[in-house]
Amino acid sequence: MTSHQPLPRWADLVVLPIVNLAVALLAAGFMVWLVGQNPLEVITVLVHGAFGTQRGLSYTLYYATTFVFTGLAVAVAFHGGLFNIGGEGQAILGGLGTGLVALWLAASLPAWLMLPLMLLVGALFGMVWAAVPAYLQAYRGSHVVITTIMFNFLASSLLVYLLVNHLKVPGNMSVESASFAASAKLPSMHTFMQWLGVEWPNSPLNTSVFLALLAAVGVYFLLWHTRLGYDLRATGSSARAAEYAGINPKHQVIFAMGVSGALAGMVGMNEIAGVNGRLMLEYVSGAGFTGIAVSLMGRSHPFGIVLASILFGALFQGGAEVSFEVRGFSRDMVVMLQGFIVLFSGAMAYVLAPAVAWAVGLVRGGASTAKGAAHG
Amino acid sequence: MLGISKRFGPVQANADVNLTVASGTVHGIVGENGAGKSTLMSVLYGFYTCDSGSIKVNGKAATIRNAHEAIALGIGMVHQHFMLVDTLSALENVMLGAEPHVLLHKAEALVRSRLTELMASTGLKVALDALVGDLSVGDRQRLEILKALYRGARILILDEPTAVLTPQETEQLFGVLALLREQGTTILLITHKLKEVMRLCDSVTVMRAGRVVAEVAIADATIENLAEAMVGRKVQMGRVGDTDKAPGEVLMRASGVHVKDAMGVVRLHGLDIALRAGEIVGVAGVSGNGQSELLEVLSGLLAPGSGSLAVGGREFAAGAWIDPRTARALGVAHVPEDRHERAMVMSFAAWESAVLGYEWLPQYCRGGWMNHVHMHKATVDMMERFDVRPRDAQLQSASFSGGNQQKLVLARELGQSPKVLLVGQPTRGVDIGAIEFIYSQLRAMRDAGCAVLVVSSELDEILALSDRVIVMNQGHVSGELPIAECNEHTLGMLMIGGGSAKGAQAPRAQPAAAARQGTGT
Repeated sequence: MTSHQPLPRWADLVVLPIVNLAVALLAAGFMVWLVGQNPLEVITVLVHGAFGTQRGLSYTLYYATTFVFTGLAVAVAFHGGLFNIGGEGQAILGGLGTGLVALWLAASLPAWLMLPLMLLVGALFGMVWAAVPAYLQAYRGSHVVITTIMFNFLASSLLVYLLVNHLKVPGNMSVESASFAASAKLPSMHTFMQWLGVEWPNSPLNTSVFLALLAAVGVYFLLWHTRLGYDLRATGSSARAAEYAGINPKHQVIFAMGVSGALAGMVGMNEIAGVNGRLMLEYVSGAGFTGIAVSLMGRSHPFGIVLASILFGALFQGGAEVSFEVRGFSRDMVVMLQGFIVLFSGAMAYVLAPAVAWAVGLVRGGASTAKGAAHG
Repeated sequence: MLGISKRFGPVQANADVNLTVASGTVHGIVGENGAGKSTLMSVLYGFYTCDSGSIKVNGKAATIRNAHEAIALGIGMVHQHFMLVDTLSALENVMLGAEPHVLLHKAEALVRSRLTELMASTGLKVALDALVGDLSVGDRQRLEILKALYRGARILILDEPTAVLTPQETEQLFGVLALLREQGTTILLITHKLKEVMRLCDSVTVMRAGRVVAEVAIADATIENLAEAMVGRKVQMGRVGDTDKAPGEVLMRASGVHVKDAMGVVRLHGLDIALRAGEIVGVAGVSGNGQSELLEVLSGLLAPGSGSLAVGGREFAAGAWIDPRTARALGVAHVPEDRHERAMVMSFAAWESAVLGYEWLPQYCRGGWMNHVHMHKATVDMMERFDVRPRDAQLQSASFSGGNQQKLVLARELGQSPKVLLVGQPTRGVDIGAIEFIYSQLRAMRDAGCAVLVVSSELDEILALSDRVIVMNQGHVSGELPIAECNEHTLGMLMIGGGSAKGAQAPRAQPAAAARQGTGT
């Protein structure tokens, strides 16, 4: 029996994650100190590297863009009561779809038609890749966690096969396709800002960051303002109640996974259409899994996911800076810091809740007594 | 227990409560949900420490800080939700945390011999080597009592012990409790079923809003005055407001409904049922005899293997059965038996749960967009009309008490003026005050020309509400009687399969001789 009070919503959504993050940073700082480094120096370099310069900020946001897509993917499935571990594979397929349609049509289509088409096909590929495990879950009872993991391996094998056997440019040593025609290149932030007459450094950051924000807003409205979202969340919280309401839980499984896969598939717009301009290996490189952490930390809410994505983007970018600048500080230390953050805000998210509740109660108690006195 | 007070934030759960229980008696503690019964017992069992007050056990002052100290003082508790490990055997569950020997097989032998003695002396029979997961609910409860006794309980607290039991199991339990009392065990019975209190207890304490409002010997108590003390006003519990109108046209008719479950067990054997306008049909039966399946079939949740259904001018055959949404569109409302699992999405706010099943109605949803303003307004309205407390549409569905959840569900289902109303266990886990209200709402629906079907495992409820009673046994209708011919005895006989023919021809029913019990008590 637990007797502590539930946290008010604002504390649950804002105070608790900040407290968790602080504890994670403290723990990581302690580890840094243990290996003989100066935690303060490391954190300064990290924050400066991630946010201190326009260039650093660009990299941070570029990483964050991908995490928003994969984080949203995990969140949508989660609201539907499903744990989609297949973001990685769905993102690979999304990139593949984006790239294939670009290779095929970019030479003959203008950019205003090409780019939406690439987005659509990428999302569609991701959706189909998620729909197969969804079908197996809904109608055959194969657990989606197992099948999506398997589909990750299938996706990466498929990508390698296609690249090596069909798409690689003959005579070229590296495993990558030919470059896309110009109409298939998403404008970089550098170009975009130039149009607006603003100086912005050259970086991988591109206009897909706006697409990510749009996706976050879209997911918010989908989940909380449409009947589709209502049905999806009802099924995710209680399949039997949904059934009672006349909602078919099987359809909802397919729908949730389909949307989830489509979101993951949009990673292709950032990595393939926005940055590389060609198909290659390793353009997802773990972002599908980072999406799980992002979604956990963002409490499966689009707003939280955007914030968490920026945090993880900063860790990636700032971490890279740190391993350059601080001698003897490897990238693995950054991975450790990420590990601590996932540990404290994911796995142990509510360990500190009673303490926060106590503190909130203290503050509120004081406030209400003061109010009572004023009324009295 | 003297002057016990306990406060949770703004809620005073117990205020200056005094409770004295004589050794070797059965003492009832009654009160509505939230009256503070459970808190009081949790203080006694060491889950909570009280803010002020003191406890004396056998005349000696005692501090009870946790369950271990309670057990050491000879206090045992059987929770409403059993504290057993499903994957362990009954024997292992008793032994868990109280192993008498380091070697497991020695410990088992010791526990087994002690338990065999206990079972012989108390009549509590449980298969010791069966897995708890395979035991029936009644068996698990006996096991819980055995566990408490094994640990040396001389004071036994039972929290709503009959809520999950069939009438037969309740009988058995009361037999055992009476025997335990003879053997000198003191029993504290928490309940809100007053009939049980009258049957078993020697004295009773009534609580309301955290305070003791009455403490009487059972000889001086009547169900009416106990109910009045619990609720704080006069309550009408029995049968009132009989309609004098004859039932109208048939609004729903199911014929030859045959249902086989996943295990291949036949749940409904070619059942026929007709629901008429302006009539409440009660379905009685020991739970598990097909009543749940009947409700699910009629509401469209379960497609039968064969049979047909006529409702709202449409015919449905087994292959293309009605689905829940079509059912609602045709004016069939359904208050499900399982409120927690089905009737609401517990993690939703009240205003979201309040449109569940109706979220497609144009006032709530236009072009795929949910109209939050309207949903809110409708919920506030429902809460007002059905007196749902607290009146907070933002509150999570799970945070309402059972009675208030049920009122909200009823408000939702009655809100669209249905033609057919299917209700499962209308008052399970609901307070007396709310029961009275729910009954009156169901009667009002009938009087407005709705065809009402009530499935209930409480005979009192069937007798209080129905105009016509159908008794089910093993998937068959074992009897169908107008209410004038029903009493507990006739229905009880039919429930265990004692009658085979329908209606007035039922050979074993004793219609005329059985003067109906007006109060249903």
